[in-house]
Amino acid sequence: MIDKYTWWEKLLIYTGVLVFLTFVLAPFIEAFMVSLRPIDAVFRVPYRFFTEDMSFAAYFTMWENVPKLWRYILNSFFISCCATALALACIIPAAYSFSRFEYRFRNPILGGFLAINMIGAAVLIIPLYKLMLNLGLLNSYASMIIPGAAFTVPTGIFLMRSYLLRIPKELEEAAYVDGAGRIYTLWRVILPVALPGIVVVAITTFITAYAQQFLFALTFNSNSDLHPLPMGLYQFFGRQRIVWNELMAASLVGILPVLLVYVFLQRYIVAGLTAGAVKE
Amino acid sequence: MAARPGRGIDWFPYLLLTPAFALVLTIVAWPLFETFRLSLTDAAMKPTENYVGFANYVEIFQDDFGEIILRTFIWMGLSVTLKIILGTCGALLLNAALPGRAMFRILVMPPWVVPIAIGVFMWSWMYNGQFGMISGVAQRIGLLSEPFEFMAYGQSAFIATIVTDVWIGVPMVTLYLLAAMQSVPKELYEAAWTDGASRAYRFRRITLPLIAPAIFTMALLSAIWTFNSFDIIWILTEGGPRGATTTMIIDTYKTAISRFRYGEGAARAVMILVFLTAFSAVYLGLLMRLTRRGGQPQ
Repeated sequence: MIDKYTWWEKLLIYTGVLVFLTFVLAPFIEAFMVSLRPIDAVFRVPYRFFTEDMSFAAYFTMWENVPKLWRYILNSFFISCCATALALACIIPAAYSFSRFEYRFRNPILGGFLAINMIGAAVLIIPLYKLMLNLGLLNSYASMIIPGAAFTVPTGIFLMRSYLLRIPKELEEAAYVDGAGRIYTLWRVILPVALPGIVVVAITTFITAYAQQFLFALTFNSNSDLHPLPMGLYQFFGRQRIVWNELMAASLVGILPVLLVYVFLQRYIVAGLTAGAVKE
Repeated sequence: MAARPGRGIDWFPYLLLTPAFALVLTIVAWPLFETFRLSLTDAAMKPTENYVGFANYVEIFQDDFGEIILRTFIWMGLSVTLKIILGTCGALLLNAALPGRAMFRILVMPPWVVPIAIGVFMWSWMYNGQFGMISGVAQRIGLLSEPFEFMAYGQSAFIATIVTDVWIGVPMVTLYLLAAMQSVPKELYEAAWTDGASRAYRFRRITLPLIAPAIFTMALLSAIWTFNSFDIIWILTEGGPRGATTTMIIDTYKTAISRFRYGEGAARAVMILVFLTAFSAVYLGLLMRLTRRGGQPQ
């Protein structure tokens, strides 16, 4: 058995973790505290962490001042779900092709897909804007879903491919021997076995699409009924006098669903995130 | 692969690629081509566009473009360095086999999970000079004598955007490096421990060399993401004050979308691609030379 930590090593590690987590969580904690303060306590000097008459009042009044909050939250989910579905429809067959078949230009094509990761959406924003304009997609859900999906496809292919490579080829060969067609084999033999990998890719894609809705919404959409949460709240952010306690309350309520999803599914998410870190 | 019916080219694998191809062609490849083309025109909010050769490129270099490039690289360099250092420390701390670490691991991730823009709203409040937490706490413990408006001064705004970027990026780096650390075979540590190697020595001679590839990969990925980062700066400062936080991405967006100068904006976008490609090529080249000279660890 390897050496145990001495008491001062333990102290050092826990202190380090505490400092690290303080940095990571401070904005959330402060946002929560602000959401509990009445607005005149928010704008008060000197700064105090606890103020008198803290309450959940902002969580009730925000629905009047941000009337479409529900819509924003649902829009965010809807856009991310559609983007995930669209991305998966591209990722799964492509990853299967890259992992199972030998053909000309396979590796250059794969390399080409991965190189897309280098290109940020903001770089292509001008032609994308013109594309959306010409297709008549400005101010529609599609203008946020389609680009959102496209930029998650390369990473998704990479993750899915490394998962599929681990599934033994004998599985398909057995299916072929039994006379199964290739599409049938993919659908009925490979996909069920690859389900855990698909779940990982789906969740990772969802979270990425969810985190990165701002740019597309800012540029392609001006219909406030369709805004995802970040853009919906950004409108209030730009005002002269920002109602911080309600803005923070709305932010926290808005991110609560995805935080819950994360807590329940975090094992899959971590698996997806770190797939590249471990040598196969 | 299994026996293949018929002769000649087998189209099935190509067929499987079509959905991904179609999507990427429309959303990435064609716009990429179009960016190059537009950069040679005077396209703007008007019905016609004319080819103007490299006039846009000549134009942008007459502005303070050199300064923006330099600033972008400094921004990226500082941010990535901090992310890697903090991420390595974080991964080391979370890797310690002590009670509570499963909990800590969950608590590290929220900045990555929530929409970037929402995280930035929160930071924007933290940075508020009159009423925000950072200024307030700094005054209370005597670091500042009066309220300090972080976004009003170039240097503090620059640092503030970096801190927020690090905050968003560090969870990912931490978990990635943690996974790399956990894939190091336990036998190595045990053998070293039997030989009397200290914890610090084991870190330096076993952990670090074995997770080095993961660190280099993560550094490159982080660099690319940071280079392309838009939301953080846009929401915090929109590139201000007086351009102090204007990176190449912000500059491109402002030219093209806010001022409707598509042609000139496209030329700036092309410069981003050129610099990013050059950077990645140099980085990978150096890395390969390094690994060839150093050989395999051990």
